[in-house]
Amino acid sequence: MSAWDRFLKTFFNTEVMAKYLPDILQGMVVTIELALLIVVSGIGAGLVLALIRSLAIRPVNWLIIFVVDLFRSLPPLVIIVLIYFGLPAAGISASAFVSTWLSLSLVLMSFAEEIFWAGITSISRGQWEAARSTGLSFGQTLFNVILPQALRLTVAPLTNRTIAITKGTALGTVVALHEILGMASSAVSNSYNPSPLMMAAAAYLVLFLPVVVGARWIEARFAWKR
Amino acid sequence: MNSTVAEPIVAARGIHKHFGHLHVLKGVDLEVAERELVFVIGPSGSGKSTLLRCLNRLEEPSAGNITVAGIDMLDPRTDINHARQHIGMVFQSFNLYPHMTALGNVMLALRKVAGKSRTEAEKLAQAALERVGLADRADHRPAELSGGQQQRVAIARAIALEPRVMLFDEPTSALDPELVGSVLAVMRSLRESGMTMIVVSHEMGFARAAADRVVFMDHGLIVEQGPPAQIFESPAHERTRAFIGQIRQH
Ligand SMILES: Nc1ncnc2c1ncn2[C@@H]1O[C@H](COP(=O)(O)OP(=O)(O)O)[C@@H](O)[C@H]1O
Ligand SMILES: [Mg+2]
Repeated sequence: MSAWDRFLKTFFNTEVMAKYLPDILQGMVVTIELALLIVVSGIGAGLVLALIRSLAIRPVNWLIIFVVDLFRSLPPLVIIVLIYFGLPAAGISASAFVSTWLSLSLVLMSFAEEIFWAGITSISRGQWEAARSTGLSFGQTLFNVILPQALRLTVAPLTNRTIAITKGTALGTVVALHEILGMASSAVSNSYNPSPLMMAAAAYLVLFLPVVVGARWIEARFAWKR
Repeated sequence: MNSTVAEPIVAARGIHKHFGHLHVLKGVDLEVAERELVFVIGPSGSGKSTLLRCLNRLEEPSAGNITVAGIDMLDPRTDINHARQHIGMVFQSFNLYPHMTALGNVMLALRKVAGKSRTEAEKLAQAALERVGLADRADHRPAELSGGQQQRVAIARAIALEPRVMLFDEPTSALDPELVGSVLAVMRSLRESGMTMIVVSHEMGFARAAADRVVFMDHGLIVEQGPPAQIFESPAHERTRAFIGQIRQH
């Protein structure tokens, strides 16, 4: 057997691959569900926090900044482990799925809040003043004048951050979540063959490559001249 | 200054403004009659913008009273957003909304503040753009307009709400010299239509031709005021004389 054949048999073993393909596909479903949930709840919560922050209520803003800085400094893996093993101690038990979803949502929320906030504050004071001088309320100004401009600025950093964090769904393996990587690792230990890892890599590419390409397109579209 | 029998449309009394330790307005009294055009001049930092911005409460005065069109501007019970409809403001830097067309800029407050229907707002906005000579630019974004055109859209945005008073804060200072004339022409036609106007500007030619009264401010106080000819030709105060001399040299 040539070295090349040995390589193929080890890393692209068709028998093993066929056997574990259903597992990997099942893992993909979990990863997709989880990623979509994280994107919706993380970005949604981040936007809500940024809007609350714009009300400039001091103690509330201190709290927001504290929470946001906390979740931006902790490694996501640590948060997942803390929630999965820590919550039961507080009498709440969270499944591996819920723990991973909650953890990564909190992380995305925190980064998204900072990105939205940076967008909002980058809009000049003159925009606020012009709008308010015509009688628009604070909220009307925020939603009609400030946010539409701010959101355009946030598209690029937000897409990049969202991709980075949703890839973190792979961290769910440490709490035995049956997403792509988790399925692949157990397949590897059961078959004594690393081919499932190759399938996992392919699965991630299939899922995230279109997202990365799409992000490029979105960025180009929203980079409009002022 | 003509002694008006009627209530002044703008009455500011004893206005003080502090920014931290900085005492920027030190007891300013300003009354403006209906249809009057008051010109405010003074050195940079003398508090002209702050005074204007107190009148529509973009800036909160530290002390004093302000009524505009019979509305007590500083009364906490006053609906400030409603009151501001009656006070148009034009800024040095135009401040058009860059994500909207010229028409969209003018329509926004008509829809959201004056509560007009879309068709009604569109009609009024188009008419306002017509008044500033930009009916054919309705679909343009601010980035596609010259500075002079942008400032005229900003004027249209304010007058579309049919304000009782218009405040202008150095409306031509950010413009290339060749674009100043078009904005001044719009201001003059506004004046001819009877609009009450308070204008902070150094356009002396315009002041001479159009102003009823010139107010000279320095260090947060009104130093003197009077008809343009008097202030420009024979000011009573040395500080006024020095300032007029300075801006003449440009
Ligand atoms: N928001 C602010 N915070 C602190 N200082 C301010 C603020 N706005 C204006 N000032 C100060 O108030 C003084 C008067 O400013 P301004 O009214 O803009 O003068 P003018 O329009 O006559 O040039 C200046 O010294 C300026 O630096
Ligand atoms: Mg000024």
